[in-house]
Amino acid sequence: MARFPFSAIVAQDEMKLALLIAAVDPSIGGVMVFGDRGTGKSTAARALAGLLPPIMAAEGCPYGCSKDDQARYPDVCGTGKMVKRAVPFVDMPLGATEDRVIGSLDLERALRSGEKAFEPGLLAKAHRGFLYIDEINLLEDHLVDLLLDVAASGENVVEREGLSVRHPAKFVLIGSGNPEEGELRPQLLDRFGLSVEVRTPKDIEVRIEIMRLVAANEADPQGFAARWAEADETILKRVAKGKARLAKLAPGEDVLRDAAELCLAVGADGLRGELTLMRAARALAALDGAKKVTRKHLIAIAPSALRHRLRRDVLDETGSTVRITRAIAELFG
Amino acid sequence: MIAEPADPLEDAVLAARLFALAPATFKGLTLRGNSPAREALVAGLREILPLRRLPGHVDDERLLGGIDLAASLSAGKPIRQSGLIEEARGGALIAGMAERIDGSIAGRLAQALDDGQTALVLLDDATETEEVPPASLTERLAFACDLAASRRWQRVELAPAAGALANVTPLDDAALRALAATAEALGVDSLRALIFAGETALGLAALSGRQAADKSDLSGAVRLVLAPRATRLPPQEQEALPEDQPPPPEGQQDNSEDADRDQREPDLSDMMIEAAKAAIPAGLLESLAQGKAPCRSSSSGTGQKRKAAMRGKPLGARPGMPRGGAKLALIDSLRAAVPWQAVRRREAGADPDAPLIMRKEDLRIRRFEERAARVTIFAVDASGSAAAARLAEAKGAVELMLGQAYVTRSEVALVAFRGTSAELLLPPTRSLTRARRTLAELPGGGGTPLALGLNAAREVAEAVIARGRSAALVILTDGRANIAADGSPGRPQAAADAEASAKAIAARGIDALVVDISARPGPEGAALANALGGRFLALPRADARMLQAAINAVQPTGKAA
Repeated sequence: MARFPFSAIVAQDEMKLALLIAAVDPSIGGVMVFGDRGTGKSTAARALAGLLPPIMAAEGCPYGCSKDDQARYPDVCGTGKMVKRAVPFVDMPLGATEDRVIGSLDLERALRSGEKAFEPGLLAKAHRGFLYIDEINLLEDHLVDLLLDVAASGENVVEREGLSVRHPAKFVLIGSGNPEEGELRPQLLDRFGLSVEVRTPKDIEVRIEIMRLVAANEADPQGFAARWAEADETILKRVAKGKARLAKLAPGEDVLRDAAELCLAVGADGLRGELTLMRAARALAALDGAKKVTRKHLIAIAPSALRHRLRRDVLDETGSTVRITRAIAELFG
Repeated sequence: MIAEPADPLEDAVLAARLFALAPATFKGLTLRGNSPAREALVAGLREILPLRRLPGHVDDERLLGGIDLAASLSAGKPIRQSGLIEEARGGALIAGMAERIDGSIAGRLAQALDDGQTALVLLDDATETEEVPPASLTERLAFACDLAASRRWQRVELAPAAGALANVTPLDDAALRALAATAEALGVDSLRALIFAGETALGLAALSGRQAADKSDLSGAVRLVLAPRATRLPPQEQEALPEDQPPPPEGQQDNSEDADRDQREPDLSDMMIEAAKAAIPAGLLESLAQGKAPCRSSSSGTGQKRKAAMRGKPLGARPGMPRGGAKLALIDSLRAAVPWQAVRRREAGADPDAPLIMRKEDLRIRRFEERAARVTIFAVDASGSAAAARLAEAKGAVELMLGQAYVTRSEVALVAFRGTSAELLLPPTRSLTRARRTLAELPGGGGTPLALGLNAAREVAEAVIARGRSAALVILTDGRANIAADGSPGRPQAAADAEASAKAIAARGIDALVVDISARPGPEGAALANALGGRFLALPRADARMLQAAINAVQPTGKAA
């Protein structure tokens, strides 16, 4: 089935924005999408991959190494010449084994030639792209730990089965899940850069529009994709420009102060909140084509960057989003 | 308006025909209940669509394809095998005992369904309500039919699919709006369901050779797709129509432009809601009528999660002989042996195509860090006497525990008893959100059916233990039972029944803690704890910290049994 065009996804603006921000600045550290089944979480994540500008990678390299990677990991990547390839998008199944994820001894080559070779896993495949895990809250804990560890260090170190391999694995982790079916541990949640909450659209008109679009896509996938190609192209250009602009943008003293004050006001644990908030605001400014990062950007992205970092009070029913908007209103008026 | 179908089989046949018409669009169907009708339907479906059996123990390799280990070893070179998903292309996979499908397999299948690689027929043989096929799969299949009540047993003949979805004109706005409004009225949130409903209307039109979907097709779609997914009872008559719907035309609308639309719409959604009512499963209707939303988890992947929690962390294999209960890790043993083959063959003077040479030191055995998930079952006395005293504090205590469960990832269940009944308010869950909400909604008042409460808690505990997990009971009560096990009032009988129930729990060896929540603890609580063979704690003298310490003490340690 052809991927659903990103620009044809109705509503869910917060999720789409968070995904684009992660695409502009992968160092933000992943996006966690909370929401019910059938709200377009997977559709949006998969659509994003089809949208991104291609990358330059070493030809035939299983890790999709860039020039820098080639220099840093000479033993895993040869000196293949650079060719264009699509941004990888890896859809990790819930039941994936540790072997499949981090890679293992290549049984085929071992059988054929008795050679002890490393068969790269999903982490290698996701390098420089996206790793999407639906229902991450149902994933076994040790796998989540492992994923977050690699995502944070940008490197997969395999020391098992007599193998000793180190390869680059920088990717944007996108997790989705329904908190009604079990929650992620707070220490894992904190590792995600942004988190968004997706609700099923309650507006009848929006729901009808979605049905109409999906029916059109079912009836004629090629034609549908062609009709939305231009809109997708616009978003692609926006992301590409944002990426280029990112390095030139530095948040000013005032924005940093705002970020620190906001984090203190809502009681976000640790420094990660401030860092992510600052980075996300910068990525948003880049995406918008703004000349500098302003308070407006900060406020727009604050709920996504902070809502999963607030200390959970078991007895407090107030949602995190409410607490953040309240703090914003108090601080910035 | 719509006559209720005489037998559930009729709708199931319709669903099967639709599925056969466009397997890629409808993805499949769930058939509940083991009955002759279901067998007949599957046999009929098999005649027009190749069905490939999917055993519950299928592994990744077999499902997705990969290296055939046995064949590779005997041939001395890697031999690929195709996976079931690939082999079933053009038809569908059929899974018996779908309620037992493992979470990891469900994950793979869900992905294959999303990519349009496969279609699925799930046969759900569950008899208990808590056993359901993984929701990640049922959500992705268009139809769910319950054939348990079907009395038919004749051969089912499915007419070969005629027509095609593409030949039917897409639904117009009024039809889309009516479907969306109906979904809203039935509390069907998922957009997938809505999309399936639209396709189903087209499919029904195609089956009857119409160029466009008419009203009967729309109500058919509601009956087949939306009604089985209903989470609430459709609002009564017109006054409860969604607010953004125009009011039903009592007289003639004066706006002639919208008149046509306005007139048709309430008409349509009314009719469709009517159709849905007839098709909502009886049990659901009952629980909905009592004002209880069906427990969401009973249709969502709790089973999956449990298994995931149970499997424990594989520690990898280590060298050793497979004896004394240790299992051989075949793949790891082969992996250990394979790199040496070239050398060993040379040593042994065997030719390069000789079979694998294994040595004792290659053998690996499996190790697991088994961590039995623990479930703490709270039985809360919500009777009048307890409620007056300390129900709020009891709730506080449970919430305290919940907060801890959140961190340690253990699960909690909640049983409440009051009046003449005890009920399981919350099946074992890890979801803080749900637990907190259920607890907040817990009302108080009525008699104290202690025996019933204890029995209900024991049943939950037994179910938990049957799944290989450990259970602990925390009973918050004042111990003053006044409703007997059969629901009749009377203190002496109630006390005797409670004691018997308590002893039954003790006999099963279930750990228990009694927290006396009465204002002035009497001897009843201590007596109950005694009968349970458990600990006793009087709440008035306990602060939050003490309570937590006591609960921790009674909880199983979580080590492998």
